[in-house]
Amino acid sequence: MIGAAKSGHPGGSLSAVEILVTLFFDFMRHDPANPAWPDRDRFILSKGHAAPVLYAVLAEAGYTPKPALMSLRKLGSPYQGHPDKRFIPALEASTGSLGVGLSVGLGLALAARLNHRPWRTYVVLGDGEIQEGQIWEAAMFGAFHKVDNLVAIVDYNKIQLDGFVSDIMEIAPVAAKWSAFGWHTIELDGHDLSALRAAFAEAEATKGRPTVIVAHTIKGKGVSFMENNPKFHGTAPTPAEVQAALQELQA
Amino acid sequence: MTPVRPKFELKPGKATREAFGKALAELGRENPDVVVCDADLSKSTFTALFAKEFPERFFSCGIAEANMVSIGAGLASAGKTAFVSSFSAFVLNKGFEQLRVTVAYPRVNLKIVGTHSGISIGEDGPSQMSVEDLSLACSLAGFVVLSPADEVATEALVRAAAAYDGPVFLRCGRVKAPLIYSPGETFSIGGSRELIGGSEITIAATGLLVAEAIRAAETLEAEGVSARVLDLYSIKPLDQEAIVRAARETGAIVVAEEHLVDSGLGVRVAQAVARTHPCVMEFVGIQDTYAESGTPEELLDKYGLVARDVAAACRRALTRKRGAGLQ
Repeated sequence: MIGAAKSGHPGGSLSAVEILVTLFFDFMRHDPANPAWPDRDRFILSKGHAAPVLYAVLAEAGYTPKPALMSLRKLGSPYQGHPDKRFIPALEASTGSLGVGLSVGLGLALAARLNHRPWRTYVVLGDGEIQEGQIWEAAMFGAFHKVDNLVAIVDYNKIQLDGFVSDIMEIAPVAAKWSAFGWHTIELDGHDLSALRAAFAEAEATKGRPTVIVAHTIKGKGVSFMENNPKFHGTAPTPAEVQAALQELQA
Repeated sequence: MTPVRPKFELKPGKATREAFGKALAELGRENPDVVVCDADLSKSTFTALFAKEFPERFFSCGIAEANMVSIGAGLASAGKTAFVSSFSAFVLNKGFEQLRVTVAYPRVNLKIVGTHSGISIGEDGPSQMSVEDLSLACSLAGFVVLSPADEVATEALVRAAAAYDGPVFLRCGRVKAPLIYSPGETFSIGGSRELIGGSEITIAATGLLVAEAIRAAETLEAEGVSARVLDLYSIKPLDQEAIVRAARETGAIVVAEEHLVDSGLGVRVAQAVARTHPCVMEFVGIQDTYAESGTPEELLDKYGLVARDVAAACRRALTRKRGAGLQ
């Protein structure tokens, strides 16, 4: 997909695969045949640059056409450079400018509470993204208003565009920060499907405060030459790299 | 000398912010889906009236305008009739990125009400004064931008905003605004009101400057000049038809606003005039500067936003019009 587009963000897409797969194929209540189902769980990819993983999941689930995946980033494609709800109505928010998705998710979650509906809201954040001040405005808000029907997942892959997060702007200790802001905090291996499932269940059982899952992940997970390599934050693989990557992923 | 026959008796009125708060509480009684967010200024924006009656539908966001705008976007996306409110200077400047990417770009049905607009907030000074909000709001693609002149117009436009499906910015002020309209008068998005009929020049004004325009028209009438007064309360979309008619029928337009003169209503009216029926134009507004502390009256006077300044601009326009043989 990204190879065909000749631009995009492979590393942060691969780090979030298990998070999205667990949500869309195991945990969230949703119906691809009825995308506007009022009681569907809501999902927001706040780290919008990881659009390719979201598009792959949406297509696999049946929300969007699979063959068109290769039109990523091309004029007229539903698969815009960053998620755009004008092109994919099943999206809950258009994202791409970092830092805004958690607030939108909290607004959605408040609406569910006001309407006495059971649906829940899930927001995936990048680790670099939580350098944005608005994230902490939202964190304060979520705890203060006891928004316990929302789960934030931090894809903590340790790398951002310019390099390692710890070299650009240290965010550690991540879990302690969220705890201090009043969130129920779970730390786990973000590639462990059963741990993810258990964490989402724990979040659902947690009342009176929102939950954050700090998911330790590997940028470029599954492709040896992309793993932990800052180059593949925002660089498309060459055709040869695409072949090598697909071979590794299919092995 | 022709006797002065004012078409409008300007009566004392409420501040538009207070009218907004009152209308919002009324809407809350009528519609259980109305929700409100405020950023620690609810006593000043008058959303406190709503908060008192409907605490479960009011969300205190603390001093965090960016978050507030996106929270509102989420509430609106889930079907709520959501209002967010703060001073114009804060909600638009601190929330601008959020207005762009979480409201305008996905075209979310959020209502943003900015109070304490313009320099007439007075003593608090320039950090709190919004002189660029019309420009910022109009630059958001798909936004409706409204600027009522008095309490009647404010209440009607709050209702029009709530009934409209799409993002709206509504501009309110801090000080008491002269009462211009009678209860029950109608206002619509994209509309305008002709307050005084006239044939030689048109004063197109918005907000507090509408009352000044009426006073200026009376002065001009005493000088034998027939001035039309238009209240352009819908900044975006503009009432193109009323503007073109004014250009064609009066041949001169003065635009008056409590906003930076180079980026507000005036440039929008000039664009409409330039592409339809070019005519002589003059502009009354805040020059390329920030104001200072003072009483509202002192500031409006010092920064050239009173009837005297509107009338002077009209005389300049009329001189140019006559000189150009356009009479």
